[in-house]
Amino acid sequence: MSGFVELIARAKASGDIQGLVDAIPYHAYLGIRAREENGALIATLPRNEKTIGNPVLPAIHGGVIGAFLETTAIFHLLWTGQTVHVPKTITITVDYMRSAGVTDTYAKASITKLGSRVANVRARAWQDDPERPVAAVNANFLIKPAEDG
Amino acid sequence: MADPPTDGPVNPTKAAFSSPIPHVAELGIELVEAGGGRGIMRLPWRENLVGNPETGVLHGGVVTTLIDSICGIACLTALEKPQPIATLDLRIDYLRPATPRRDIFAAAQAYKVTRQVVFTRATAYQDGPDDLVAASVGTFMLTGRLGVRAAKTGAKGAS
Repeated sequence: MSGFVELIARAKASGDIQGLVDAIPYHAYLGIRAREENGALIATLPRNEKTIGNPVLPAIHGGVIGAFLETTAIFHLLWTGQTVHVPKTITITVDYMRSAGVTDTYAKASITKLGSRVANVRARAWQDDPERPVAAVNANFLIKPAEDG
Repeated sequence: MADPPTDGPVNPTKAAFSSPIPHVAELGIELVEAGGGRGIMRLPWRENLVGNPETGVLHGGVVTTLIDSICGIACLTALEKPQPIATLDLRIDYLRPATPRRDIFAAAQAYKVTRQVVFTRATAYQDGPDDLVAASVGTFMLTGRLGVRAAKTGAKGAS
């Protein structure tokens, strides 16, 4: 069993949600933060000029928003689900509702169906107003229960 | 960002899209070719873009950025007149994990242009166009009116 699987198990046991986030290099690169609020996991993508995809508007790159939502879904699965392995994305569909301004962005996920092999997860991202999402994803992940480790 | 030296004459379409996207430059993504509603980009492997430290495989989100970017460029080269665009939706199927420490390429085609929407398809691959890592379909809105509004408010942008 690799050190990373142990790290996930330790982070879950100690409630160190940010430790779990930082264990993945790309998350640290984007500066993603996560916290629990009323039992739900809220992820934050802090304002960062290097994420700009459209300098005219300006707006965050759609790929970064997609990545952030995929990440939020993965954290949600790791944090609430039975798996201690990083879920593998099978398919992801990103819907873009509005351009994401260069400011803090938040996201929240929910599990639609947790099967023994596949989890279907939805996540949505917003900026100033949770009722005005900038984007949402629907994704299917391959998961591996902890006991298979 | 300077273009690498090329053997032949510089492709004017490629030159036009070489550097205006800050995040694409930030990730080290390079435009290989673009024109006529098609485009190819290359993403070199980088340790800080890894999504699974158990395996060294890049984060899927980086592939999303690569595919979104090249689909956008394919759209722009398919338009008769330059217009701003915005991704409406993008579906990506991950066919296999990308092999660590190797480049990932993405090739896109804007296969249908309508008055308001452009339809795209794309693949990501490593050892050749048949060695697929991911497949994607997307739609892009033509947002000319928004672009005009941004210009009027004095927003500075790419040349």
